[in-house]
Amino acid sequence: MSLRSPKYLLALVFSLFIVSFSNVSVAQSGDQNDHEVRKTRNAAEQKEKKLKPGDILMEHIMDAHEFHFLNFGTHHVSLPLPVILYSPQKGFSAFMSSKFEHGEKTYKGYRLIDEHYLEKLRDEGVDIKKAGLSTGKIIAVNDNDAYEPATKIYDLSMTRNVVQMLVALALLVWLLLSSAKKYQRNGPNKSPSGMQNAIESVITFIRDEVAKPNLGHHYEKYMPYILTVFFFILINNIFGLLPGSANVTGNIAFTLVLALVSFVVILFSTNKHFWSHIFWPPVPHGIKFILIPVEFLGIFTKPFALMIRLFANMVAGHMVITCLIMLIFIFGSMTPFAGYGFSPVSLGFTIFIYMIEILVAFIQAFIFANLTAVFIGQAFEGEHHDGNDHIEDPVII
Amino acid sequence: MDLLNPGFGLLIWTLLAFLIVFFILKKFAWKPILSSLKQREEGIADAIASAEKIKIEMAQLKNENESLLAKAREERSAMLKEAKDASDKMIAEAKEKARLEYDKILADAQAAIHQQKNAAITEVKNEVGRLVIDVAEKVLRKELNNKNEQEKYIQELAGGVKLN
Repeated sequence: MSLRSPKYLLALVFSLFIVSFSNVSVAQSGDQNDHEVRKTRNAAEQKEKKLKPGDILMEHIMDAHEFHFLNFGTHHVSLPLPVILYSPQKGFSAFMSSKFEHGEKTYKGYRLIDEHYLEKLRDEGVDIKKAGLSTGKIIAVNDNDAYEPATKIYDLSMTRNVVQMLVALALLVWLLLSSAKKYQRNGPNKSPSGMQNAIESVITFIRDEVAKPNLGHHYEKYMPYILTVFFFILINNIFGLLPGSANVTGNIAFTLVLALVSFVVILFSTNKHFWSHIFWPPVPHGIKFILIPVEFLGIFTKPFALMIRLFANMVAGHMVITCLIMLIFIFGSMTPFAGYGFSPVSLGFTIFIYMIEILVAFIQAFIFANLTAVFIGQAFEGEHHDGNDHIEDPVII
Repeated sequence: MDLLNPGFGLLIWTLLAFLIVFFILKKFAWKPILSSLKQREEGIADAIASAEKIKIEMAQLKNENESLLAKAREERSAMLKEAKDASDKMIAEAKEKARLEYDKILADAQAAIHQQKNAAITEVKNEVGRLVIDVAEKVLRKELNNKNEQEKYIQELAGGVKLN
């Protein structure tokens, strides 16, 4: 780790020493290429009061209607994305998010909430929490740019998470189809090569370590689903690690869908034994009254745990990395020297966490696939006791 | 909290994307890949099994060959022994036959000698008898002429008679 090096230790001590002397703004802080850096600097340049680490953090983790890279003064460098809205009153409308000019303008009676508008709403006495409003959301406004709570909006926009997911999936499909074509072209008896080789080892791993031990002789039926889940999560995890990319797998909507699909697959795999175990567990009658609700809840907690686990793991990783980078600017807002001084330490930690995140990207995809297989296995367990080692209590990470 | 609030749009898009990707991959990727992997593994298993089988067959064949060889060796020695026995027997028979022939020839020869000897003796006897008769005749003739001379003559004759 970075602290092992005496140079970094020195830098840390030095920067802490400087911190105690100063409180200059972040405006002159470093010229690093990271977009976080520019964003924070621009935030300072725009004289928007103070550095708000919490807001920046959320901006990085949450979904948005554009790929925002950096600001030059008041000029935003970003990739606009299509906005697709449906409201029962106004019908469908689709346009590019650039029409909003980052929340400065209304378009077709819609407005993208930015900080100023949120402030304005707050001043007008709108209960922001209750209405579920926050920056980055699209609301309906009337001609006077006033909030219309009565107009219900379904936001089906291609947000940055959606776009990134589609790009990742296009790559995934291309990779898998091209290697599938290789199998068809070369026949089964030619040894795999290139990407096909990498994919094949993963597929055989999933088959032999995930599907076969948990699903027994039913494994072939579930292989396509488990493989798709694994690769779906993996490719999005990896894409989420690219600098400046969206945090797709760390979004609760994404994990919710995967958990929902798992839930449906688990329910369709259940047998009589499974349900009898839930509604009439083989325990003394007195305990049945306690156990039946617990077992019944278990049906829902399993996919719920799948959802939260992936979401929390990915969001935590992104948060830690963003926080570590932001530490530079928090120190920098005290004094630029502290910012420079702390940057090697911060960078060292960031690289370390980044490495872990790469590992986590694979591990979480594996865990989701594995636990799905375990839960499916439990759903039709007891049908045959044929010596397959079913894992009774999966380790919940 | 906003972080735990699933966005409706992303939810729909993710669901759509997952289902589409799932069906595309299921049909065009997993099916050929998994079946190829299965075929390959079955092929390898078959190859190993048949190699094992061939190995066993080879071992069996080798055993058979060895037993055949041993048997052939045995047979050869048996044949050699038989031939030797046969030749020994033939030699022994020949010897016996030769001996019998020799005995027979000897016996024949002895018989012939004996016969000839008998014939010769008989002839000698006959000659002696004739001579005796001759002598007796002559003696008798002389005796009638002169007594002295008779005796002298007898002696002379007697002296002249030489047996053998």
